[in-house]
Amino acid sequence: MDEGKPLFVQIAEQVEASILDGSITEESQAPSTNELAVFHRINPATAAKGVNMLVDKGVLYKRRGIGMFVAPGARELLLKERRSDFAERYVQPLLAEARRIGLGPEDVADLVRTGAGAEPAKP
Amino acid sequence: MNSVIQVRNLTKRYKDALALDGVSFDIEQDAIYGLLGRNGAGKTTAMSILTAQNLPTSGDVRVFGENPYENARVLSRMCFVRESQKYPDDATPRHAFAAARLFFPRWDQGLADELIDDFQLPLKRTIKKLSRGQLSAVGVIIGLASRAEVTFFDEPYLGLDAVARQIFYDRLLADYAEVPRTILLSSHLIDEVSNLIERVLLIDDGRIIMDESADDARALATNVVGDAAAVERVVNGREVIHREGLGRVASVTFLGRLDGAERAAVVADGLELAPVSLQQLIVRLTQHRSAGRPGADGFGSNNSGPDSSGTKSPTTNTSDADTQEGSLR
Repeated sequence: MDEGKPLFVQIAEQVEASILDGSITEESQAPSTNELAVFHRINPATAAKGVNMLVDKGVLYKRRGIGMFVAPGARELLLKERRSDFAERYVQPLLAEARRIGLGPEDVADLVRTGAGAEPAKP
Repeated sequence: MNSVIQVRNLTKRYKDALALDGVSFDIEQDAIYGLLGRNGAGKTTAMSILTAQNLPTSGDVRVFGENPYENARVLSRMCFVRESQKYPDDATPRHAFAAARLFFPRWDQGLADELIDDFQLPLKRTIKKLSRGQLSAVGVIIGLASRAEVTFFDEPYLGLDAVARQIFYDRLLADYAEVPRTILLSSHLIDEVSNLIERVLLIDDGRIIMDESADDARALATNVVGDAAAVERVVNGREVIHREGLGRVASVTFLGRLDGAERAAVVADGLELAPVSLQQLIVRLTQHRSAGRPGADGFGSNNSGPDSSGTKSPTTNTSDADTQEGSLR
């Protein structure tokens, strides 16, 4: 596991990733705190912190006596969050590296377009 | 949260050594603690006093609200597994488990049987003839199957190979999830246990120098790597606990975190932020303390009361350039 972020955040992000890629659907049951703890080999209190973070965020909700479920609208919520973080998490580092190696924004834009399979803006 | 153990100003002095120097801490109910520190730091001394196998020189210890010394009520609710456990000459593991079953009110034979199987322990061989790993397994099995409300493991798993240790950690977590209880693990293998523990108690030279949640502990330090001049700009004014360099590249670890804007600046400067594992943090903190020791107070651990984590603003006389008073938070 990556040491950079707090463990409970990593746990939460893994659950979020499963929701985003559709492996856990809305209104279906999410892994329990104990299941997460045993699977990831971490302290249940840490797993619980991650789960509670997702509950606070509105991604999961608790059904008394049954367990944690994915909230309706969770996927949309996560997509929105990822989109607004996208610039800071991906674009900034990309541009920083581009600057270091002498590529300007137009060069980067071309690379992005060709990378996506489209035609470059200039020949 | 409830504290099941309260230690206040505990001191243990031997003729020529001060094993524990006025330590104070609380152990909260049903949490897993990592009791970390170098050999001779005081971990075993602390655990043996808490389990009444040793007496304080001064200070106060309460377990379940009472003094544990010769207190059967308290002691039957505790289990202390240590490396150099002595058994009678002809005893077999079967005898040891039978005795444990009598002593521990919450003993679970089903769990013991599963563990005996997991560790492939030969029940009828005399303990004297067991391998080091098998001997450690006996202790570990007793510790887990006792399900004692307060269980101490004093590195009894050093004799276990990596596979057996993983079995121990997995079984510990699973059983703790099912039957929550208070567990204190002391270990040198910090990275191995770092994900299991909820709280870190770090002892160095008879003093508590860290009493934090594991998450907070991990967040105490940051490591910046890259062009040495750029790195120096980032760490200027911060308390540095470790430096390395190769040519123009420097890797510096300091206490504290960077906020969003600072992180963005670091990235823009072409520097990298590398994670600091709990083990690295603890090793470097301890080394840093040793370096600063002549005439210095390290991390202000004299005020290790229950709410202070011994992490007040330290003043150090280390040889690290440009260090100033910094805060561990």
